[in-house]
Amino acid sequence: MRPSLADLTANELAARIRSGETSSAEITEACLARIESVEGRVKAFLTPTADLAREQASRADELIVTGRATPVSGIPLALKDVLTTRGIRTTCGSKILEHFVPPYDCTPWRRLSDGGSVLLGKTNCDEFAMGSSTENSAFGPVHNPWDLDTVPGGSSGGSAAAVAAGEVIWALGTDTGGSVRQPASLCGVVGLKPTYGLVSRYGLIAFASSLDTVGTFTRSVRDAATLLSAIAGKDPMDATSLDQPPRDFTQGLDQPIAGLRVGVVKEAFGEGVESGVRSRVQEAIDRLSDLGASVGEASLPHADYALSAYYLIAPSEASSNLARYDGVRYGLRVEGTDSVDMMTKTRGAGFGQEVKRRLMLGTYALSAGYYEAYYGQAQKVRTLMIRDYEEAFAAFDVLVSPTSPTTAFKIGAKVDDPMAMYLNDVFTIPANLAGVPAVSVPCGLDEAGLPVGFQLTAPVLGESVLLRAANALEREVGFTARPPLVASLS
Amino acid sequence: MPVEIDIDHVARLARLELTQEEKDRLRAQLGLILEHAAKVSEVAAGDVPPTAYAIPRSNVLRLDEVEPSLSRDDVLSNAPETEDHRFKVPRIVEME
Repeated sequence: MRPSLADLTANELAARIRSGETSSAEITEACLARIESVEGRVKAFLTPTADLAREQASRADELIVTGRATPVSGIPLALKDVLTTRGIRTTCGSKILEHFVPPYDCTPWRRLSDGGSVLLGKTNCDEFAMGSSTENSAFGPVHNPWDLDTVPGGSSGGSAAAVAAGEVIWALGTDTGGSVRQPASLCGVVGLKPTYGLVSRYGLIAFASSLDTVGTFTRSVRDAATLLSAIAGKDPMDATSLDQPPRDFTQGLDQPIAGLRVGVVKEAFGEGVESGVRSRVQEAIDRLSDLGASVGEASLPHADYALSAYYLIAPSEASSNLARYDGVRYGLRVEGTDSVDMMTKTRGAGFGQEVKRRLMLGTYALSAGYYEAYYGQAQKVRTLMIRDYEEAFAAFDVLVSPTSPTTAFKIGAKVDDPMAMYLNDVFTIPANLAGVPAVSVPCGLDEAGLPVGFQLTAPVLGESVLLRAANALEREVGFTARPPLVASLS
Repeated sequence: MPVEIDIDHVARLARLELTQEEKDRLRAQLGLILEHAAKVSEVAAGDVPPTAYAIPRSNVLRLDEVEPSLSRDDVLSNAPETEDHRFKVPRIVEME
């Protein structure tokens, strides 16, 4: 493997930029060269923005030379295509928004771009972020760089694959039920879902508003802390954003974790967890013990019901949010005999199968006579889930489990079985229901050479302890494997 | 037991045109998904309050200040059809 700037972390690159050893222009060219050599096989991007990236790189180099650099200046980034970018097509992986060009930037990208970040493109995802494999994109699947016949996970599969393959240094995704952590797990990168409301949702095209969060894909925990610091904090444009001042989440990252109380979620080791996943996760737990953490058994008794609650709450909110795609103000229009006929035909032609399935599910769950039995009951389960976490966090500082029950699976293997697909998110969904932060860190490879993700979860606004524990584990595990696709480049 | 759903009724509520094949597939799949989802009623007792947002906020206010907003041309530029700076839609009211 020929060493390339594209394979370094953002913090390593920022140090080299500061010392004058390299420039944003050089790093950006390294990523563009990597895209050139692998993108034809990975297909992570829907809209590459190479020209813009070169412009932004030269602007970033000016910031750097004039001493106005921030920790994100000059570092190439990709954005999941559900995050709006002014003047750059934003499709949500859907035919209904195939030609949509947003008139405004989402807040996370606004903040990064003000800080001198370099946008390399918009990444592929499941349509409207509904899925766990990126196979629900209207524009074709993404291929996992670790094995091109397998999925990268989803719904932020393009962002995960792009970071794993070195096409970008880091990326943003969104996590409503695991859509950052699960693809991070399947692609062998770090995926962070912050506390609900810590990062503004302004410009995140809504799927399920009470669960949607913006998260990060990076190749180190330190990079996740750096990127989170750049995008987090109160935004007047999002009424659900929390009153949090700007913070540097890299502070205290290297403090030891001796004495940290680690709870192993016992419900997350049942049937359905692959043996390779089980072994690597158990070894990672042993590493935490080696570091002096006090490891015990934790329980989330209602975790079994979280999946059911999620598949009522998320589709219900989606059925309301996606009512806006009516062929009037933006997006596809299919002509009809009157306005309602036009809307009905537009939506029938514009949405794919998974979106239709969830819109029907949500519409049914909210309809007269069924609301209490489904949506109302699901919201009570959310209360029970929050109580479970409160009890667990009374005894433990962080909870740990596998991120996903399996490693990457073959493209096509689960497309005809929605329930099997939904089970991918069984360990990630509880954190969304309770709003707590969680991160997936690579902890090794299974027998097939595919990455396994280790999930850590902390209480609301517990990002500091979460990232400190993740950082310690990352160093102790020393995961340095790279996808064969990248390793074979010469 | 899989739940029986009136697919045509729900599709009408969702303003979603479906082919016969889609209806047949959705009827079977939604029935199974709802059977699984109905598990929520096993634990959600009457004395458990519902939660709409995990981190509830109330009365989020801001100063009522005039600020720049999106330009009309920018907003209309994505519309399938416009006329005189307005969104144009097919006839809504029946005419004689």
